[in-house]
Amino acid sequence: MEAFGLLLHGFAVLLTWKTLVLMMVGLVLGIFVGVLPGLGGPNGVAILLPLTFTMDPTSAIVMLSCIYWGALFGGAITSILFNIPGEAWSVATTFDGYPMAQQGRAAEALTAAFTSSFIGSLVAVLLITFLAPMISSFALKFGPPEFFAVYLLTFCSFVGLGREAKHKTVISMSLGLLLAGIGMDTVSGNLRMTFGSSELLRGINFLVAVIGLFGISEILLTMEERLALRGHAASISLRVVLGVWKDLPKYWATLLRSSFIGCWLGITPGGAIAASFMGYNLAKRFSKDPESFGKGRIEGVFAPETAAHASGTAALLPMLALGIPGSGTAAILLGGLMVWGLNPGPLLFVEHKDFVWGLIASMYLGNVVGLVLVLTTVPVFASILRVPFAAVAPMIVVSCAIGAYAIQNAMFDIWLMLGFGVVGYVFKKIGIPLAPFTLALVLGNRAEDAFRLSMIGSGGDLKVFWSNGLVGSITTLAIVLLFWPVIDGLLARVGLTQRAKATSP
Amino acid sequence: MSQTDLEIVVDDPTAPEDDSPSVVSSGTVEIVVCLLLLALAFTLGYDNWRTGASWDSTGPEPGYFPFYLSVILGGGSLYGLIVALLTRRAGAETFVTRAQARRVLAVFVPTLLFCLVTQFLGLYVASFLLISGFMRLVGKIALWKSLLTALVFTAIMFVTFDVAFDVIMPKGPLEAAFGR
Repeated sequence: MEAFGLLLHGFAVLLTWKTLVLMMVGLVLGIFVGVLPGLGGPNGVAILLPLTFTMDPTSAIVMLSCIYWGALFGGAITSILFNIPGEAWSVATTFDGYPMAQQGRAAEALTAAFTSSFIGSLVAVLLITFLAPMISSFALKFGPPEFFAVYLLTFCSFVGLGREAKHKTVISMSLGLLLAGIGMDTVSGNLRMTFGSSELLRGINFLVAVIGLFGISEILLTMEERLALRGHAASISLRVVLGVWKDLPKYWATLLRSSFIGCWLGITPGGAIAASFMGYNLAKRFSKDPESFGKGRIEGVFAPETAAHASGTAALLPMLALGIPGSGTAAILLGGLMVWGLNPGPLLFVEHKDFVWGLIASMYLGNVVGLVLVLTTVPVFASILRVPFAAVAPMIVVSCAIGAYAIQNAMFDIWLMLGFGVVGYVFKKIGIPLAPFTLALVLGNRAEDAFRLSMIGSGGDLKVFWSNGLVGSITTLAIVLLFWPVIDGLLARVGLTQRAKATSP
Repeated sequence: MSQTDLEIVVDDPTAPEDDSPSVVSSGTVEIVVCLLLLALAFTLGYDNWRTGASWDSTGPEPGYFPFYLSVILGGGSLYGLIVALLTRRAGAETFVTRAQARRVLAVFVPTLLFCLVTQFLGLYVASFLLISGFMRLVGKIALWKSLLTALVFTAIMFVTFDVAFDVIMPKGPLEAAFGR
């Protein structure tokens, strides 16, 4: 019940005209970046971050998180009307969403997408409201070894559970961790990997890297493809909305299952992409008529959208409670917190109650306002796609440059952004994942500090990571996850052998 | 309205042709990337070893953690190099076709020039030149539309960042002449 009282306090912090206006601005900008090809949640938040530098942290994070919600909503518009998934997690939405639009049911598909996004996010926000304070108060007991073990768990689960080739994830992560170490060593004050360059003294700001890796590289990739758009226009009437909402109880199992999958994969680093596909596949598997999926079935829109949005929102839970982001966008929001001098993690709930509960309250309000906004403004946002890409592309490049420069007022960062853009383009095309790179760049210094403090405390004895039940279990779990593909293979082989023995006469 | 009979069509006059020849295969690019990463791992590893990658009386030296990360990066890159070399013959997937490369360069080169111009003439002048030039030369959009769009967008950016949110951007001689 304490959480409920604190949440009400959060609403009190939030309900000022200034914050509400910022919320609306954030949502509109978010839907805008969600709809535009070549932009998306992480890019939008990173590029627009400088707008919030002069605000107080609560207003700033409310605006940024609303950009995030807006971008999540906006992605569905292009997926359904144009068959263009703005983000990878929207791919599954196109399977049934676009056929619905072709059948003249675009408004129904969009309502289903927006409503299920809302439901998925709502379930995840409820989880954050009640679980994050508990996790953070538990994490207050953590020392450096426990924190390093949690970081290790995050890194190992990316390698062990990721879909990409393992060595590529290792390359991506170690490169990110190395680049995070460039500049002045926070413990000894020594310079590392600067090679005499005064520009590298500051280190590499991960937001600059993110803008290049996601923003510039996406422009290069988008330009590479054919950009002849052909889609449908739609506006949503109250009758259609009420019609879809009336049928919602029929799909309660799909919505609940997808919310659960989304929350689970959001807290662990499985991510929204895996969540949306898993949500879709399970909905199809449990359906009485699986053959109708892919031909314009509304359940095929409900399932991936609910799962993706539950996952995207739940990724904020470990960020707030432990300071470990569960997704690329959560990592950027975490970077925003650090820009304003806030230290994400368990102490945030103790030292900055107003901020944390204002943010959680904004998640509720942002979702409700976002839902109403997208339902009423679809034609306006869909018409953005009429603008030729030759006009949109240079504007995105300029926005990226402004974002990169404004973070540290350094011209060098614009060049860095361009360099990371090329790296991102090449990495994406040869299958080196960018999410572990971003995560490592954000967490690199914290992980190193936790490791060094642990080692100093133990006199260099690695047994410190098994010194008590808690740290020992987390470290062991991390190692199990790192070698999970091997363990899984062995288990499967043992299972097969036993089955063969059992069936042999 | 739940009808969707109204169709939005945006044609791309510069769309790449489907039968364009391959410039380079993904396997070759993977080999080059692994070699570059290997060189980077070696360089950073050497620098960290030089800074101090062992253990002293106060604990791990500054290069300790990054040195071992360089080793991991080097190991991953070496493994990637071997895998890429072994699988090279199996399938020559195209990394980029000639038409695609042309289009990528059509964005990359103006972006590179934009960064260069920003350094000397300031961000807003460079933005105006990039947007108007790109729209006109790459998008074949009417000159007046290109100039107007560039002017309006640059003005909005200036008002938003420099005036409303007090985020000061790099300026050049033109802005200086206007007293900013």
